[in-house]
Amino acid sequence: MPSLKELRTRITSVKSTQKITSAMKMVAAAKLRRAQEQAEASRPYAERMERMLGSLAASLKDHGDAPPLLVGSGSDKTHLVVVASSDRGLCGGFNVNIVRNARQFIIQLTADGKKVKVLCVGRKGNDQLKREYGSHIVDTITDVDKPKLEFIQADTIGHHIIAMFAEGEFDVCTLIFAKFKSAITQEVTRMQLVPFAIPETGKEVEKEGGIPAIYEFEPEEEEILAELLPRNLSVQIYRAMLENAASEQGARMTAMDNATRNASDMIDDLTVFYNRTRQAVITKELIEIISGAEAL
Amino acid sequence: MREKVAFELISPEKLLISGDGDMVLVPGAEGDFGVLPDHSLLISGVRPGVLEIHNDGKVDERIFVSGGVAEVTPERCIVLAEQAVPVDELDTKEIEARISDLRDDVDASASDDDRKTAERALMVTEAMRDATTAAPAH
Repeated sequence: MPSLKELRTRITSVKSTQKITSAMKMVAAAKLRRAQEQAEASRPYAERMERMLGSLAASLKDHGDAPPLLVGSGSDKTHLVVVASSDRGLCGGFNVNIVRNARQFIIQLTADGKKVKVLCVGRKGNDQLKREYGSHIVDTITDVDKPKLEFIQADTIGHHIIAMFAEGEFDVCTLIFAKFKSAITQEVTRMQLVPFAIPETGKEVEKEGGIPAIYEFEPEEEEILAELLPRNLSVQIYRAMLENAASEQGARMTAMDNATRNASDMIDDLTVFYNRTRQAVITKELIEIISGAEAL
Repeated sequence: MREKVAFELISPEKLLISGDGDMVLVPGAEGDFGVLPDHSLLISGVRPGVLEIHNDGKVDERIFVSGGVAEVTPERCIVLAEQAVPVDELDTKEIEARISDLRDDVDASASDDDRKTAERALMVTEAMRDATTAAPAH
């Protein structure tokens, strides 16, 4: 049985752990709000981009020779899997879930006879995947959110991917990240980046007089598309990274909330145990004194 | 005829400007163009340069954009820019320093890709300098 002193130290240590977890929870809550605001602010750009790409693709349909980023390289032998995870732990099942999904995907692709390459964004994904799929990992990008998650960081990753694609290192690129549903639920999502799945043409453009509106293009459609597609890739990555950041903070908030609650349960149990032990000790001492007095 | 063009300047990070103007002057990929209300449908590339919003016969705002795309419809003019800074906030000295840095980069670049990136950055920065030195349109 632990001594009173040991119990006291134990209670103090759990209390300080609780202080840390509750502070982390509050920090995560603040960061979550900021991440959500950032995701909100990035929405208009992505929406306009999507609409423009829709009209472009619609007008390019008749031409036939669309760029490979849009229609693919004509093969699907080699897959690049981009795994977006966090750099830091202590966020519950966040990274585990993403990595599990990635692992399933890799197994499934390998079973289909495809070659798989992995690009890790975030330290934790690399840490968990390298033991099993170390030879598949082509690169790891860390510290994307330092000092702040900015578009330029996503753009760098985008360029990296496009350079790989241009050199024929892969045919299909899929991004795995956690979509933010709420602070409690994050949904691991796979998104195909290359070839890019064009959304349906915006309804707004078509409503004028019932015929699809014809845009003028300056320079030619192909040229604009050649410039827009890489940028769109970066935008998609940027959005996914923002979602991921929000999910990470949400997961951390929930995890830390649970940890704080567990700590207070533990403190309660320990305190009860401590008091019992203290009383037992007092009783024992009393018995000793009384029996000592009786013996006289 | 509508009186004003609704104008939006958006960067990937956020909606920078949303407002109205009598005319918006956009540095298009194949030459500057002015957007008046009821402009025809147009999608155009944007080269690094100065974007002007005109109101009541004078230039309301001058913004440097580093490139992007513009979508014009009869009601709206939307510019998706990579980077946008109001011309007033550009610092000539800093830009000059950056230009000479970038010139060195271009000379020192080992691969073709490096050179291309450096040359592009140099082009943008030079356009930025031209934006500060060019006298305001009025």
